[in-house]
Amino acid sequence: MKIIVLMKQVANKDAVLRIRGDERWIDDSDVSQQTNESDGYALEEALRTKEAKGEGEVIVCTLGKPSAKTVIKDALARGADRAIHILVEDENALSPYQISKAIADNIREENADLVFTGLQSDDASHGQTGVILAELLDIPHATIVIEVDRESINGSVRVKRELESGWYQWFEYKTPSLLTIQSGISQIRYASLKGIMAAKKKEVRDVEVSVEDFESGQVVQKVYMPLKTKQTQILGDGDAKAGAVELIAKLKDEARVL
Amino acid sequence: MILVFIEHKDGVLNKTSLEAIAAAQNIAGDTGDSVAAMIPAGSDIGLAQEIAGYDIEKVIVAKNDKLGTYTPDGYTDAFAEIIRKENPNYVVMAHTYQVRDFCPKLAARFGKEMVGDCIRYSNEGGQLVFTRRIFLGKLDADVTIKGEGPYFVTFQSGAFRADNAAAGSAAVETVDVEVGDPRMVPEEPFQEAKASVDLTKSEVIVAIGRGIKSEENIKVAEELAEALGADIAASRPICDSEWLPIDRQIGSSGQTVAPKLYIALGISGAIQHIVGMKNSGTIVAINKDSEAPIFDLADYGIVGDLFEAVPTMIEEIQKG
Ligand SMILES: Cc1cc2nc3c(=O)[nH]c(=O)nc-3n(C[C@H](O)[C@H](O)[C@H](O)COP(=O)(O)OP(=O)(O)OC[C@H]3O[C@@H](n4cnc5c(N)ncnc54)[C@H](O)[C@@H]3O)c2cc1C
Repeated sequence: MKIIVLMKQVANKDAVLRIRGDERWIDDSDVSQQTNESDGYALEEALRTKEAKGEGEVIVCTLGKPSAKTVIKDALARGADRAIHILVEDENALSPYQISKAIADNIREENADLVFTGLQSDDASHGQTGVILAELLDIPHATIVIEVDRESINGSVRVKRELESGWYQWFEYKTPSLLTIQSGISQIRYASLKGIMAAKKKEVRDVEVSVEDFESGQVVQKVYMPLKTKQTQILGDGDAKAGAVELIAKLKDEARVL
Repeated sequence: MILVFIEHKDGVLNKTSLEAIAAAQNIAGDTGDSVAAMIPAGSDIGLAQEIAGYDIEKVIVAKNDKLGTYTPDGYTDAFAEIIRKENPNYVVMAHTYQVRDFCPKLAARFGKEMVGDCIRYSNEGGQLVFTRRIFLGKLDADVTIKGEGPYFVTFQSGAFRADNAAAGSAAVETVDVEVGDPRMVPEEPFQEAKASVDLTKSEVIVAIGRGIKSEENIKVAEELAEALGADIAASRPICDSEWLPIDRQIGSSGQTVAPKLYIALGISGAIQHIVGMKNSGTIVAINKDSEAPIFDLADYGIVGDLFEAVPTMIEEIQKG
């Protein structure tokens, strides 16, 4: 059983974001980075699937700058077997189709049984890299997967998809197939010291690609702070306790909800 | 032509499709295109008549036995055939979970991608500019699309109002489409064990997010809820961690509520949470991060540590 997991490096959730001079993206030169949240769950699901099968290989694939190596190292330390790093100068200048195409071209020959991705990235949030990739690889896909019936895997796999408003649905897929994994599907393991040591010996293949121009791409013209639509009264001026006193008074006397 | 997708389950309309009709009518006003609606269906469908009551040129029912239940393969095949036939300029959809599932695949089949989850668009000298929310709601991006159509655009729920979809009368056209054998077999949709609390009836809700940090800390929020006579609710990560049961989750995957007062403690305000509570009467946000998107929605905000604010709130309430 061969499983490929797509993982992306994104700006840290709590990082203060500054807009770049040309206003077309953030200035990420000094922003701390992390693994995209749902991609971490995708890796965990892949590792558990391999463990349940008792055999197999988990290959991590990331497309990104050299700094994305930290995502790879971390994944290898958690138990992935090897990695493919598709090196590009600036993944944020690429549109989803270009990214999916570059990944497809570089993993097609692996002929994986399953491809796992996170369901969307926390930066550009296109939520489509996996789905386009499945179409390009000509394999079926499922999005927003919240459970994988690992026992069922045998030329096919049963997966539980999340629908809206608390509804769910099981689907049976032929393999090979691609699943985009929802955050929270399981508890993510930590890397052990042994895992960190073992990771140093694992294969990481760097592929340099020059991504072709994409004539149908979407182009970011301008990035800015969302326009405020509501007048929010900020209370306490940074003093949470003073804010709390003011808040209760306002809820009683102004909003009249207490 | 602007082709708009009508989503339904067993003939019951997903109301966000009316928002998509409103969006398509708006875009048509800018581009001079006509609007047509597309309904995939397993057999003849009454919904077609309902959609024909809008100001669009025609309703296309794409019919095939295999479209009785949704599969991404089936819907993509059906849609692709209609697009080839009609050659639309834009394909417009509401950004639902189902659309997320098949629209990028459909676009890719035409060598395109989706401009997804847009919150609005504007017409700048004939060029349509779409706005997407990025970085978990912290920033907006204005986006244009290169090349020739069809352009695939999806709009976030609430970006357009369903009641702005103009009424009219349209012809209904049924097309027998060809659909390959789907590579996935759906089972019946279901709900997890019936919700034991109905938060839709709550007057006051205290909702906690990841800012609560640990399961033990939940009692801090519970004390506040008790002082207010409120129900306790949560964002998704709290329910994922099983600190609170899933029926307490507010948002697109959980419950949609509209209490008189909604107090969000340590919740950042991701769109999937906001759709579940934005119609609340008075919204309060307490968050350490002054740039958290929840503040855009709040009537009252405290920028600071919830563990400092909440005990003082309880004291103040108890003073009477
Ligand atoms: C398809 C899909 C469906 C989803 N469905 C849902 C859904 O139904 N409901 C839902 O809620 N989410 C849903 N999500 C997840 C959603 O995108 C967010 O990840 C989630 O809502 C974030 O939860 P949070 O605000 O609690 O956590 P975070 O985003 O991590 O925010 C925590 C906040 O707490 C603040 N904070 C930290 N410490 C303190 C402190 N001491 N005092 C005050 N503030 C503090 C931080 O500044 C931060 O803003 C869904 C996502 C997807 C992709």
